[in-house]
Amino acid sequence: MKVEITVNGEPTSADVEPRQLLAHYLRETVGLKATNIGCDTTSCGACTVLLDGDAVKSCTVLSVQADQQSVTTMEGLDGASEGRPEHPVTAAFRSEHGLQCGFCTPGMVMSAVSLISHDDDLDERKVREGLEGNLCRCTGYHNIVRAVLVAAGKDPDAAQKSEAESDALRTAPAFSRGEAGA
Amino acid sequence: MIPLAFDYARPDTLDDAIALLAEKGEDASVLAGGHSLIPVMKVRLGAPEFLIDIGRLPELSYIRVEGDELAVGAATKHRDVVDSAEVATEVPLLGAVARTVGDPQIRARGTLGGTVAHADPAADLPAALLALDATVVLQGPRGRRTVPIGEFYTGVFTTVREPDELIVEIRIPRCGDKGWAYEKFTRRSNDWAIVAVAVSDDRIGLVNMGSTALRASATERALAEGKSIAEAAALAAEGAEPPADTHGSVAYRTHLVQVLTRRALETAHGAR
Repeated sequence: MKVEITVNGEPTSADVEPRQLLAHYLRETVGLKATNIGCDTTSCGACTVLLDGDAVKSCTVLSVQADQQSVTTMEGLDGASEGRPEHPVTAAFRSEHGLQCGFCTPGMVMSAVSLISHDDDLDERKVREGLEGNLCRCTGYHNIVRAVLVAAGKDPDAAQKSEAESDALRTAPAFSRGEAGA
Repeated sequence: MIPLAFDYARPDTLDDAIALLAEKGEDASVLAGGHSLIPVMKVRLGAPEFLIDIGRLPELSYIRVEGDELAVGAATKHRDVVDSAEVATEVPLLGAVARTVGDPQIRARGTLGGTVAHADPAADLPAALLALDATVVLQGPRGRRTVPIGEFYTGVFTTVREPDELIVEIRIPRCGDKGWAYEKFTRRSNDWAIVAVAVSDDRIGLVNMGSTALRASATERALAEGKSIAEAAALAAEGAEPPADTHGSVAYRTHLVQVLTRRALETAHGAR
């Protein structure tokens, strides 16, 4: 089946089997290897890309579902190739040491890009909730959360001072307290 | 993991989708967000020969107030439910429960109609829809019919939907001024509920306490008879047949559901 998918601003097309996953289209058909396949079960988020601007897990999207749509991968961010300014999220991951082995990083970065574009007033709690779909088994998330806050133009040290408060929030999830209707 | 091979079509209109479903019947599965169906196909627990993709039909993605009800198109994504001002005002429990489904990426793809159709007893939204007294609207070659959510589920992953019928809409009575709460217990933050309890106006829906989402009928009756929340919540497991798995024994879930029901009722009553 023929699909036409704009990847990082460039038109791509291929004749694919309907069962092909978008992650495989990106890695094998288009040849972009930043998008990692980690758990392959919609859990870890290493395969996160933007599909028409929304962060999605490309191991659980069929290529045919993305036909005539637009995908952005880590390679499509500014600074991914030479001669362009570095993207604020990747710059912040570097300055805040938001990666160790790096396997989860492309997914984390793409989730962060989506999170920042959908919410212009992020705080630490929102960042932690927003990264819920991305697992990192190296860093314990602290530097990743700092990096996202820095990329969003927030002071991560001010945010970390309120950590005790957010710990309290984690043990009492807002969704169970009736506040959304208040 | 790659699914077994299948054929795929993405009809342009609802009428085309229903005609195709009528033609393919039991050979076809309906694909919306795919976040229940595709994982099942990847581990090959499911192997439909044909997928009919309704995920991008604009006719099935909407949230609107209609009289005393809120109507939500079946292909409306969880994130749109979470973000909806109409949902927050008219059926706040629905938005709060949708916010607990999976994680942001999953909520950006998964749909309300999809989770209703999939009929997983551990899914959040079917139990919430039971507490909200919702109605499922089905459309097929014989026209439209409506089924109360309490009559929709017949077992694990099974419903009264005929193979040639499509879930097109979920209708929910407006209840913005009524007390509500959702208590969900998980081991990990984005996991399925071990047990969860949805309360809306003293109707109580239970997650993962049997082969389908179910009501805590004995608790509801006790509340109607004027019993205290503590007395009523102690009956929450009556009639339920909770599963036993690595996350908890029958005894554990039986205890847990009573605790969560008490907490949910206290919250719901406090919000009144």
